[in-house]
Amino acid sequence: MKIVATYNIKGGVGKTSTAVNLSYLAAQDGLRVLLWDLDPQAAASFLFRIRPRVKGGGKALIKGSREIDDSIKGTDFADLDLLPADFTYRNLDLVLGATKKPTRRIARLLAPLSDEYDVIFLDCPPGISLLSESVLQAADSLLVPLIPTVLSLRTLDQLTDFIGGLDGQRPEVLAFFSMIDQRKRLHREIAERLPAERGDVATATIPALSQIERMSVERAPVGAFAPHSRAAQSYQALWAEVRDRLL
Amino acid sequence: MQTFSHVAELAASSAALPSEGDVLAALAPRFTLSPNGRPRTVRRTWLDTFDWRLHRAGFTLEYVTGPRPAELVLATAAGDQVTQPAGRQSWPAMAQDLPPGPVTAVIRPIAGSRALLAAARATSAVEDLRVLNPDTKTIAWIRIDRITVNQPAAAELPARLQVTPVRGYQAQAQRVGELLAAGAGLDGHPGRPLDAALAAAGQRPEAYSNKISVRLSPGMPARAALQAVLLQLLDTLEANVAGTIRDIDTEFLHDLRVSVRRTRSALKLAGDALPAGLPARFRAEFKWLGDLTTPTRDLDVYLLNYDEMAEALVSATPAELEPFHTYLAWRRVIEQRALARGLRSARFSRLASEWRGALTALTVPKAGERAAGLATTRLRRAHRRVLRQGRAISADSPAEQLHDLRKRCKELRYLLEIFASLFDPQAYQRALKDLKGLQDCLGEFQDRQVQQEEIREFAAQMLADRTLSANPVPATALLAMGELAGGIGRAQLQARAEFAERFGEFASPASEGRFQDLTESAAETGGAGR
Repeated sequence: MKIVATYNIKGGVGKTSTAVNLSYLAAQDGLRVLLWDLDPQAAASFLFRIRPRVKGGGKALIKGSREIDDSIKGTDFADLDLLPADFTYRNLDLVLGATKKPTRRIARLLAPLSDEYDVIFLDCPPGISLLSESVLQAADSLLVPLIPTVLSLRTLDQLTDFIGGLDGQRPEVLAFFSMIDQRKRLHREIAERLPAERGDVATATIPALSQIERMSVERAPVGAFAPHSRAAQSYQALWAEVRDRLL
Repeated sequence: MQTFSHVAELAASSAALPSEGDVLAALAPRFTLSPNGRPRTVRRTWLDTFDWRLHRAGFTLEYVTGPRPAELVLATAAGDQVTQPAGRQSWPAMAQDLPPGPVTAVIRPIAGSRALLAAARATSAVEDLRVLNPDTKTIAWIRIDRITVNQPAAAELPARLQVTPVRGYQAQAQRVGELLAAGAGLDGHPGRPLDAALAAAGQRPEAYSNKISVRLSPGMPARAALQAVLLQLLDTLEANVAGTIRDIDTEFLHDLRVSVRRTRSALKLAGDALPAGLPARFRAEFKWLGDLTTPTRDLDVYLLNYDEMAEALVSATPAELEPFHTYLAWRRVIEQRALARGLRSARFSRLASEWRGALTALTVPKAGERAAGLATTRLRRAHRRVLRQGRAISADSPAEQLHDLRKRCKELRYLLEIFASLFDPQAYQRALKDLKGLQDCLGEFQDRQVQQEEIREFAAQMLADRTLSANPVPATALLAMGELAGGIGRAQLQARAEFAERFGEFASPASEGRFQDLTESAAETGGAGR
């Protein structure tokens, strides 16, 4: 079982779209997939039409007083399950803080699922917190969507430094450019140049496309409602690269 | 433990289902329906062993092929299902030769050495629907299945509807099943489709068993009791002929042999209850039939134990023993051909038909010996014989003497089985247990004796036989066989060492008391007719 987290310190960079589309494509490839929507905003749960509610809330889940198994919901797609978000996830840092070894907690919770799933995607809220540290400790790989600006590259360096300073297991980092605006020269330049210069930046990119925004209307992964669109093809290329490099 | 998911099954009263409007109305306003893919046609093959091991264990196994990849579907009687990819298969097939997965993990230990056969075949028109909740989230799948049975007889089954919950939505899916049962007039507790497919052909599952199941009554005439048992034994024998000739699995031959042996024992030990001359007329032919089956069965026993024997090697490696395996398999092909020829011969068909003719034409005298009387006198006689021969065996007795005792034990065992329905079941089980302990020890001793003699012969034949392979038999193979022979010899010595204790238990006053209880249990219930 591989654990892949979509993560960035910044918000609004395409983490949830990536987690939703890649988990869909992984399941289409025949892998048994679980997506855990860790963001209290519950966008991934919304996109799979699943109510953002976990019995007992985040506290019961993190403390282990309720089986993680009981909260998992099947999506409309074969081999793809979702562990929904819950509004109480906004307090996960406090709950984690009250446990022993909080940064190992997520890894411990997911370990029993290793027979059941081939890949677990973690869709993380933005920011650096105890929760993100616990996610970084649990994940085998970190998928970091970047908007091609100079500032977001600085963020990637900060993140890499931060991971370098972690104890124990460190995830492999793969960044990729997301929400590329083809009309902006800077976007095009950075997205073309960086993958060649840096080994931790994927060659596949995700442009800013209206089909991706339509996901919130269709409430489904792009591949499910527009399988031949450019958006679907972009995610397909990204999934192929992620599968080859990280799984 | 494998993960089964619950599937609610419903059935219409006929091949037609209620209209889509009726189904929608039954689910409204909470749930709506949406098609899930195009309707398709699939072929279903229901599988079980010849002796219905899966059905007896409460399972239904299906092999489903069609536009999608072939799969195996295993269902429990309670409606739980598990599925795995199957690849292209043809039946019969052994469970251990199927791809590994959650289905084969369950069925392999149940099917054991028996092959999976097609019990029925059907064509299904399948339509999948999604059940949506108010968020238009799929909470269950409905599969509509219109089954047309092709085998064992053409028949159309009532349309079926399966409701499979999406994970995490079990409660809502259960509600869907309830609404359909109540609102759309569907039967919420239909039987297994395999049972319906068989019933359409006038058949029933679990019809075959290698056990003697005729119910005898103690007061019935002895000859009628014997006639009923012998006819059933003939049925069992004949039921296994086709499978033995086709060499589907080793148990067809095993069951056939057991029927022959039981028949021979009955003729030998109770044949005087039949008209004079009848047993003598058939005993020689049944001996011929028994002998015909021996070489193949001996090789089966070798091959069934082969892996275990190869793994037990210490000095040699299993790979070095491999030429021996090849030789055994090759010999078996030859012996199996001879066996099949014998079972296809005019001599065999004559034996079967004349034996059936003689049994059905039997006249049963109203007066005379009763079943209970026949059973008790013959059992006591057979029991005394076992005790007498066993007591005569000392530490120096030759192997033949133990072999003879084993035969007497088998006769006693077959008599017990033949008359089982006359006894108190608990007394029967206790007496059987006493005998089994002794039989296991004697069986081990004798099988090892035969195997040791055979392995020497095999080695000589392998050296002499050039048709098997152009290359001479490697010395390492003969050395490995030597080690095997040593192991077999040690096992035989151990069985020999255990004999005195096992026989002592069987001949103990407590065991004798249990045997007496057994025979008295028949005498008590059958007293009126004696």
